[in-house]
Amino acid sequence: MHIVVCVKQVPDTKVIKINPKTNTLDRRGVPSIINPYDAHAVQEAVHLKRQHGGKVSVLSMGPPQATAVIKKSIEIGADEGYLISDRAFAGADTLATSYALTKALEKISKTSPIDMVFCGKHAIDGDTGQVGPGIAKRLDIPPITNISAITKVTKDYVELQRKLQDGYAHIRSTLPCLITIEKEINEIEYAPFPNMLKAVNYQPVVWSIDHLEDVDRKQLGLKGSPTVVGKMFAPPKQEGGHRLEGTPEEQVVQLVEVLKEKQYLFHFNKG
Amino acid sequence: MSEEHRGIWVFAEVIDGAIAGVSLELLGAGRELADKLDVPLAGVLLGENITHLSEQLIPYGADEVYIIDDPVLKDYRTEPFLAGMGKLARMYVPEIILYGATPNGKDIASAIATDLKTGLTADCTMLGVDIENRLLEASRPAFGGNIMATILCKKHRPQMATVRPKVMKALQPDPARKGMVLKEKLEMKEAEIRTKVLEIIKGPGKSVDLEGADVIVCGGKGMGDEQAFQLIHQLADTIGASVGGTRDAVEARWISHDHQVGQTGETVTPKIYFAIGVSGAIQHTVGMKNSELIIAINKDPDAPIFDVATYGIVGDARETVPVMIKAFEELLRENEVISHA
Repeated sequence: MHIVVCVKQVPDTKVIKINPKTNTLDRRGVPSIINPYDAHAVQEAVHLKRQHGGKVSVLSMGPPQATAVIKKSIEIGADEGYLISDRAFAGADTLATSYALTKALEKISKTSPIDMVFCGKHAIDGDTGQVGPGIAKRLDIPPITNISAITKVTKDYVELQRKLQDGYAHIRSTLPCLITIEKEINEIEYAPFPNMLKAVNYQPVVWSIDHLEDVDRKQLGLKGSPTVVGKMFAPPKQEGGHRLEGTPEEQVVQLVEVLKEKQYLFHFNKG
Repeated sequence: MSEEHRGIWVFAEVIDGAIAGVSLELLGAGRELADKLDVPLAGVLLGENITHLSEQLIPYGADEVYIIDDPVLKDYRTEPFLAGMGKLARMYVPEIILYGATPNGKDIASAIATDLKTGLTADCTMLGVDIENRLLEASRPAFGGNIMATILCKKHRPQMATVRPKVMKALQPDPARKGMVLKEKLEMKEAEIRTKVLEIIKGPGKSVDLEGADVIVCGGKGMGDEQAFQLIHQLADTIGASVGGTRDAVEARWISHDHQVGQTGETVTPKIYFAIGVSGAIQHTVGMKNSELIIAINKDPDAPIFDVATYGIVGDARETVPVMIKAFEELLRENEVISHA
C-alpha cells in the first residue's frame, strides 16, 4: 500500500499578530510549523503502513524552508518526501495549489502507483479545506472528507468514518481515493529515536516546475488563481455592553441581580 | 467568464428530510444580493424524494428551484452530487453560488470549484456586492486573528462562497410567494459510483451538545493552565451549562476539540454565554456573538470580548469564578426552597 500525504508549512496562528494600524500580518518572529491536521494524517498513514505494509510518502509545496515539515514527517515515520518549490507556484490560491500538487502526484505515481492520498482536514492558516477535494477531482478519484476513523483496509477498498454535523457516516470507497483527516483520528506519538536521526540528515526530492510534466503554466501560482484578496479590514466594532464595577464579590452581586431581574435564572437547570 | 452568467444560486442542503437552517439563511442573504443585481434567486435541491421540499424554498425567498430527484442522491456523496451540480451549473450558468459551510457544503463546493475552474471563498461571515462590476464581496476572518479579508473572484464565473451557519438571517417565510420549479435528470448509475454509504449514525459521533445548549460557559487562554480551567467545568456543573473552549484552550489541550466555539469550531446562540478568560479574537466571536446575553470576565480592560459582551467584569477569572460559583449555588438553593415550599 502506497500512501502519499500532502503536508503544508504554516505560520503558527496561535502567535500571529496583526498590526492594528496597517491591518497587515506581522510575521516577525512567528514560528513555522507543520499544519497540525497534516501531522495527524502522516501519523495515520504510518499506522496503516505498520498494519498493512507498504510505503508512506509526503508531498509539500513551498519555499526551500518547507523542507522542515518534510523532516517532521520523516520523524513521525514517513519513508520519503517530495518538495515542489518554484517561484512559478507562488501566490497560489486553492485552485492553483491543487493543480500543482496534482502534477507532482502524477509524477510520483508513475514510479510508484498511489493507493491513497491523505490531506489534513484544512490548514490552520487558511482554514479552507478546499485543496484535498480539488486534488481528488483532478486525479478523478473519490474524495471523502472529515475522516475521524479508518475502520477497514483491503487491497481494493477502505471503510471510513466520516464526521457529519450531527453524527457520522460509515462509508466504503474503492481504491485509490483521497481522504481528509480530522484530529481525533489519532494521537501523535513520540518520534522513535532512529526516525529522529533519519530526519536530521534527510533531504527530500526537490522538484521545480521543469521537473513536472504536461504543466500548463497559466494554471499555476498567482496567474492560475481566480481569487484575490480585495481588502483587509478590522471587523466591524460592536457597541460594548455594561461594565460592572467593584470587588469580585460586588461585581458578582450585581450580576446576580441583573440575572434575577431579567429572569434569566430559569435557564439554569440544576443545583 | 461571459455576459450570459446570470442569477444567484443557493445549494439547498437536506438534513433529515428537511432543508438545513443554513440554506434558509443563505436564501435570506442571497435575496438581498439578487435584488441589488436585479437577477433571480434560485435554490438548488438534490436528493431522493425531495421534490416537495421546493415548497420550503420559495417562501424563504427563492424565485426558482432547480431539482434533481434521483435514488443515487439519497445520502450525500461527492461523486453524484458533483455530477448533478456540475450539470446544472453548466446548463444554467449562474454568476454566484452560495453553500453552507457544513461538512457537505464545503465538500461539494470544493469539488465544483475545481470542476468549473473557478474561485471559492471558505467560511464567509459577511457578503456584499459591487454592483457595477457584478462582484461578490465575500469576507471572512483571516489568520485566526482580529482581521477580516474580503476575497474577490474577478474573472471567473460562477463566483462561489461557503458561509458559516447562523451568521446570515433567514427571511420570514411568505407562503404567498410564487416561484418556478425546474426538474432535470442525472444520468448516473449506482454501479458507476465508487463510494457507498453503509450507514449513517446520528448523534453519538458528537458527544457535546453546544448547538442546542441554553447556557454555555466558555474558557480561554486567560484561565492560565489546565487546573484553573477546571473552574470552567465547576461553574458549568453548578448551573447546568455546557462547556465551551476557545481555539487556544483546545490547542493547549485543556479541553477537547468537540467543545471549540468559533470559526473552526461550533457557532452557538445560547440564551446565556459566559466568556471567561477569553480575549475575543474575531476567530472566536464569529461563533458566539449572536448569543442572547453575553457575560465576559477578563483581566485586560481593552480585550475585544468586552465589545460584544452585554455585561463585562474586569478582573482575574481565578478570583471571580469561585465567587460566582458560590453565589449561584446559594441562589439555586434558595430557589429550590421556594419551589418546594
